[in-house]
Amino acid sequence: MNPLLLWFHKLGSPPYFYRLAGRFLPWLYAIALISGVVGLYGGLVIAPADYQQGDSFRMIYVHVPCAWMSLFVYAFMAANSFVALVWRIKLSETLAMASAPIGAAFTFITLVSGSLWGKPMWGTWWTWDARLTSELVLLFLYLGVIGLYHAIEDTRQAARAAAFLALVGVVNLPIVHYSVVWWNTLHQGQTVSLMGQSKISSSMLWPLLTMAFATHVYFFASLLARARAALLALESGKDWVRGIAQARQANAHG
Amino acid sequence: MKPGTTSAACTALLRRDLALTWRRRGDALNPLLFAVIVVALFPFALGPDAQVLERIAAGTIFVAVLLAALLSLDSLFRSDLDDGSLEQLVLSPHPLSLLLACKIAIHWLTTALPLIVIAPLLAMLLHLPDRVLPVLLVALALATPLLSLIGAICVALTVALRRSGMLLTLLVLPLIVPVLIFGAGACNAAQAGLPYGAPLLWLGAWLVLALVLAPLATAAALKISLT
Amino acid sequence: MAEFFHMGGYGAYVWAAYAVFAIALIADALTPLWQRRGTLRDIAARLRRDASRDGTIKSRPSGTEDQTQ
Repeated sequence: MNPLLLWFHKLGSPPYFYRLAGRFLPWLYAIALISGVVGLYGGLVIAPADYQQGDSFRMIYVHVPCAWMSLFVYAFMAANSFVALVWRIKLSETLAMASAPIGAAFTFITLVSGSLWGKPMWGTWWTWDARLTSELVLLFLYLGVIGLYHAIEDTRQAARAAAFLALVGVVNLPIVHYSVVWWNTLHQGQTVSLMGQSKISSSMLWPLLTMAFATHVYFFASLLARARAALLALESGKDWVRGIAQARQANAHG
Repeated sequence: MKPGTTSAACTALLRRDLALTWRRRGDALNPLLFAVIVVALFPFALGPDAQVLERIAAGTIFVAVLLAALLSLDSLFRSDLDDGSLEQLVLSPHPLSLLLACKIAIHWLTTALPLIVIAPLLAMLLHLPDRVLPVLLVALALATPLLSLIGAICVALTVALRRSGMLLTLLVLPLIVPVLIFGAGACNAAQAGLPYGAPLLWLGAWLVLALVLAPLATAAALKISLT
Repeated sequence: MAEFFHMGGYGAYVWAAYAVFAIALIADALTPLWQRRGTLRDIAARLRRDASRDGTIKSRPSGTEDQTQ
C-alpha cells in the first residue's frame, strides 16, 4: 500500500491518534500562545491608533480573527461530518463533534466583541447589520449541533445525527447570508462598515495576521485535546484506555 | 409476498394519514387557535391604533403562522414512531423519500393549509390593507410548504428523543430565517408600494429545491436516528 | 501606562472585548482537561471495582465461582 495511505489508515485508529495528538499538543499550545502574545503586543502597543476610530479599532485583533475562525471551524466541522457520514470513520465523527464547541466559543466572542465595538462606533450595542445577524444565526446552528449531540444517548448515533445537521446547515448558511444582506438593504441604509473602505496599513495588518495564525493553531490544539478526551470516553472498554487509566493511577499513588 | 407498486403504497399511506387526522380532527384545530391567539395578543401589547397594527400586520401574521406550524411539527412522525409503523416505512421496499414526501404533504394539508385559509381573518384583525392580502396568501402558500419540508428534516433527526420540543425549535429556527425574511419581506414591499416579485420568486425557487432535496434528506436523517 | 489602559477613552470597551476573548478561550482550553481527567477517574474506579470483585470471588469456595460467570 502507498505509505501515505497507510499512515492515513493508522491515523484513523484511536490509540495511534491519541498518542500522536498527545505528542503534538504541547507544541501547538506553545506556538498558539507565543504567536498570540506577539500578535497582541503588535496590536495593542506597536500599531498606531486609527485616524478615524482612535484606539477602539484595536478590538479588530480579537473580533476579526474570531469571525474568520467561526466560519473556518464550521467548514472544518462540515468537512469532517461529510467524511464521517460517507465513509463512517470514527475519528471524523469525533473531530466534527469536538470542533463544534470551539466554533461556538469563537462565534460567541465575535458577537460580544462586535457588540462592544458597535457601542462606541454606532452608538448601540446591537444593530441588525447583515454580518452580525448572519453570525447570530451561525451561533444558533452551532448550538443546534451541540444540543442534538448531547440529547441523543448513543454517542456514535448522536455524532452521526449532529453531523447530518451540520451538513444541512452548510447548504443553508449561504442562503441565510444572502437573504440577510437583501433584507438589510431593503430595510435600512448602509451601516458604517467596521473595516472601512480605506486600506489597512502594514503596521496594523501584521498583528491581525499573526492573531489569525494564533487562533488557527489554538483551534487545532483545542481540537486535539477535545478529541483525545472524547476518544477516551468512547473507547472506555478497550484495553489501551485501561492501560492509560492504570498507568495514571499508578503515577498518582506512587 | 410480492410488494405492490410504489404508487399504490403512496396512495395507501395518504389515505391512512388522512383518515387518522380525520379521527382526531379536534387536534388539527390547535395550530389555528394558537395562531389566532398570538395575533390577538399583539393589539393588546401595542395598543389598538390602526396605523401601528397595519405597519406590523404582515410580519406578525407570518411569525404567528410559522410558530403555529412549528408547534405542529413535533406530531409529524410521533404517532407513527409510537405504533411502530415508522420502522415499517423505513423497511418497506419502496423509496423511503417518496413515502416521506407523502407524509409531509399530508402534514402540510392538515396543518398549514387551514392556517392559510384563516389568514384573511388574521389580516382583518390587524387591518392589513386589502391590496396586500393576495401577496400575503401567495407568500404563505410558498413559505409554509418550505417550513414543512425543512422542519421534516429536523423532526427526523430528533424523532428518537422523548422530549424534543425546545431542541426542535432550536434546530428549525436558523434554517427558516430566510423563509421568514423573504415571505414577510414580499408583503412589506407590497405594502410600501415597492416591487415584490423578486422575493416571491426566490421563495418559489427554494420551494422547488426543497421539494427535491428535503425528502431525500429526511429519509437519510430518519435512517440515522432509527438505527 | 495609565494611558495604555485608557485606550483613548475606549478602554472599557477594548479591555472588555479582550477579557471575553481570554475567558472564553481559557474555559475552552480547560474543558477537555476536566473531561479527560473525569473519564480516566471513572475508568480507574471501575477497574478497581472489578479487581476487588475478582478478589472476593477467588477467596470464596470454588463452587460459587461458576454462578458469577
